[in-house]
Amino acid sequence: MSEETITLEVTRYRPGHDSEPRIESFAVPYEKDWVVLDALNHIKDQMDGSLTYRWSCRMGVCGSCGMMVNGVPKLTCSAFLRDYHPGPVRVEPLANFPVIRDLVVDLEDFMEKLRRVKPWLIRETEKPLSEGEYRQTPAQLEAFKQFSMCINCMLCYAACPVYGLAPAFVGPAAIALAHRYNMDSRDEGYRFREPILNDSVGVWDCTFVGECSVVCPKHVDPAAAIQRSKVAGAKDWAMSMLMPWGGKK
Amino acid sequence: MPADVAYSHDVLVIGGGGAGLRAAIAAAETSDRLSIAVLSKVYPMRSHTVSAEGGTAAVMRDNDSLDTHAKDTIFGSDFLADQDVVEAFVKEAPGEVIQIEHWGCPWSRDPDGRVSVRPFGGMTVNRTLYAADKTGFHMLHALFQTSLKYEKIVRYDEWFATSLLVEDSRVCGVAALNVHDGSVRAITAKAVIICTGGAGRVFQFTTNAAIKTGDGMALAYRAGAPLKDMEFMQYHPTGLPGTGILITEASRGEGGHLKNKDGYRYLQDYGLGPPTDKPVHRKMELGPRDILSRCHMQEHQKGRTFEGPHGHYVHLDLRHLGEKLIDSNLPFVRELVKNYVGIDPVYEPIPVRPVLHYTMGGISTDINAKTPLEGLYAAGEVACVSINGANRLGSNSLTELLVFGARAGRSAARHALERPAVPSNPVAQLVSDERRRLDTRYLRADGRERIADIRDEMRKAMEDGCGIYRDKATMAKTCDTLRRLRERFGRISLTDRDAVFNTELIAALELESMLDVAAAVAHGALAREESRGAHTRTDFPKRDDARFLKHTLAYRTPDGPRIEYLPVTITRWPPEERKY
Repeated sequence: MSEETITLEVTRYRPGHDSEPRIESFAVPYEKDWVVLDALNHIKDQMDGSLTYRWSCRMGVCGSCGMMVNGVPKLTCSAFLRDYHPGPVRVEPLANFPVIRDLVVDLEDFMEKLRRVKPWLIRETEKPLSEGEYRQTPAQLEAFKQFSMCINCMLCYAACPVYGLAPAFVGPAAIALAHRYNMDSRDEGYRFREPILNDSVGVWDCTFVGECSVVCPKHVDPAAAIQRSKVAGAKDWAMSMLMPWGGKK
Repeated sequence: MPADVAYSHDVLVIGGGGAGLRAAIAAAETSDRLSIAVLSKVYPMRSHTVSAEGGTAAVMRDNDSLDTHAKDTIFGSDFLADQDVVEAFVKEAPGEVIQIEHWGCPWSRDPDGRVSVRPFGGMTVNRTLYAADKTGFHMLHALFQTSLKYEKIVRYDEWFATSLLVEDSRVCGVAALNVHDGSVRAITAKAVIICTGGAGRVFQFTTNAAIKTGDGMALAYRAGAPLKDMEFMQYHPTGLPGTGILITEASRGEGGHLKNKDGYRYLQDYGLGPPTDKPVHRKMELGPRDILSRCHMQEHQKGRTFEGPHGHYVHLDLRHLGEKLIDSNLPFVRELVKNYVGIDPVYEPIPVRPVLHYTMGGISTDINAKTPLEGLYAAGEVACVSINGANRLGSNSLTELLVFGARAGRSAARHALERPAVPSNPVAQLVSDERRRLDTRYLRADGRERIADIRDEMRKAMEDGCGIYRDKATMAKTCDTLRRLRERFGRISLTDRDAVFNTELIAALELESMLDVAAAVAHGALAREESRGAHTRTDFPKRDDARFLKHTLAYRTPDGPRIEYLPVTITRWPPEERKY
């Protein structure tokens, strides 16, 4: 193990004990192939078993280990210590969320919003299984594929200035997932999701800062999903003004 | 979880991965009258199904047949699969992969709009559906998002089931710890389905996520259910050295080559040749995982592997596939290798070595996912319904969680519809006992042993004694080490005594699970004096059908596992030599 060390400045918060979060410093071995999560695991195993954070797959796909690293939302399993050398490295819970303890934030608000945008395939009539799959060309798949890559890691909410100020905002990931289904050639649920997206806390709250797309580790580009949903919403509104039957699709 | 629920359900699913969510949806669709809950130690979309990459096997094309899929699976299992179960599995597989397509799973497509299929190890035709190389991720999110549609499926997210409640030899719920506030509750149910995944974390080098600690296996095992065929642990031949991150078998299905340090495709020296430019089913790099992992070890013994900071490795070469194919069919491989190795597989070969990947054994179930304990069901990697036998074929496990997750959901739902409610008085007593156990054993204990020390020694002992090659002396030593670690575990001490989100307490409970599971693996392996599939003994190098064409059953006793055996069901494929 390396003799050189690097300092992690980690947010600690114990509800019932601490009136507010504090910073604790740990000097950990500096290993070039370690990610920030490895350093946290080193602290937990060897230095302080009470350090509290979430993690699981450590390959950037389960979405558990999002934290602020030097002020930027990151998956800590993909943030290498070498990129922060010589340190110190500031590790904090994701911004814009209530903190449960140390580096663990409360996700219930997102879970509720996710359900609200109806992120499932909606059909007017279901094809029987015996008739096989819905045909979908590679081009039709490509139309929504990018928006299906969201791992629900919450980095985009931590980066979103609007969510920070107006927590009722549905937010980047949930809107991107709604858009994912709206763009799916198999789906017929746009009219059920549209009222949620065009609600006062839907897409129109977004001021197009675009930070969500910058921090997204999976290149989902939620900002693009929000802008396209705005265009669709505006078109619907214009149609409803121009057409006597409300421009229903 | 809303505060006003009664903590009482008809069907309670433990685990929110692919099998658990499929089971919950199947139960919900069986009857509107049922109350269904999913309890998981992580939010469902964090479950390890998310990491599966390569694909999902099902007969989809005219050039394929159910019998071929069955025969490949049985042959791959080294004839330890139950053939009646395999026949049911291959028959229901196509309907299940279409069902999840109807639920939005973004399968990769052919130009005519049909779902695409790719070759996979040990399969004789292209039958593996895929969503690029993030198949598990897309299946899990499709299942989770679809489950949100069913309002009556309630969830206990970030709850940890600490024990099964058993009353009059009938499973009637669980005691569970709410990780958010440290409270222990009884959650009663007429039927419980365990879908908590495998136990890869008992080994040192593994593709498995941190959460894969065998909790559900231990829950059932402690309640008296037997674990079946636990000695069969699958090494995947292509993990990244050090991290153990999986590089999917699909990279070989697409045509990747395995090369030793001389740039030579060494698999041709082990009866898997001849080498061809294009992949040929069941040959060379498309051989089954157990055989490819053994070939790697033999190359290492011949001094023909590379040596690096994380031990020996060989090269997985994708360069000849070209950037376009890699980006369309293996984008995650490229992303992972760039991030974690710092090279681009379009231009450089990937260093790989065998790493522990899959638990073939598990809670013993019948063809309907029912365990020997009344009211208890299991499906997915946690279960051993016996389609994988001694060696699972890649891309059968994602199908397994769909087929048997659905079967478990329907079986449990039918059971719940026929059963009276669970009496609450004995349950209250069981829960206060459990609260006391957690307090005295962990939160107020003053031992000197540390979790990380015991865990690391257990993992090393398993890698040493129960790795790719095994023999009596090293396995016996591993069994001894595990016994001593179990004693030391009794003197464990936590630094974290808080109620709120105590992850050290969870780590202790997980370690307790792993010690139980590891003992079942090691004792089962020691008792099986033959080589079959993933269980390879240098002291018994041949398969021995006369003595061991049977399933191992491990029962928990205070003195360690008691081993019994169960016959294998053979229907139409009598055992023959397994040669590719």
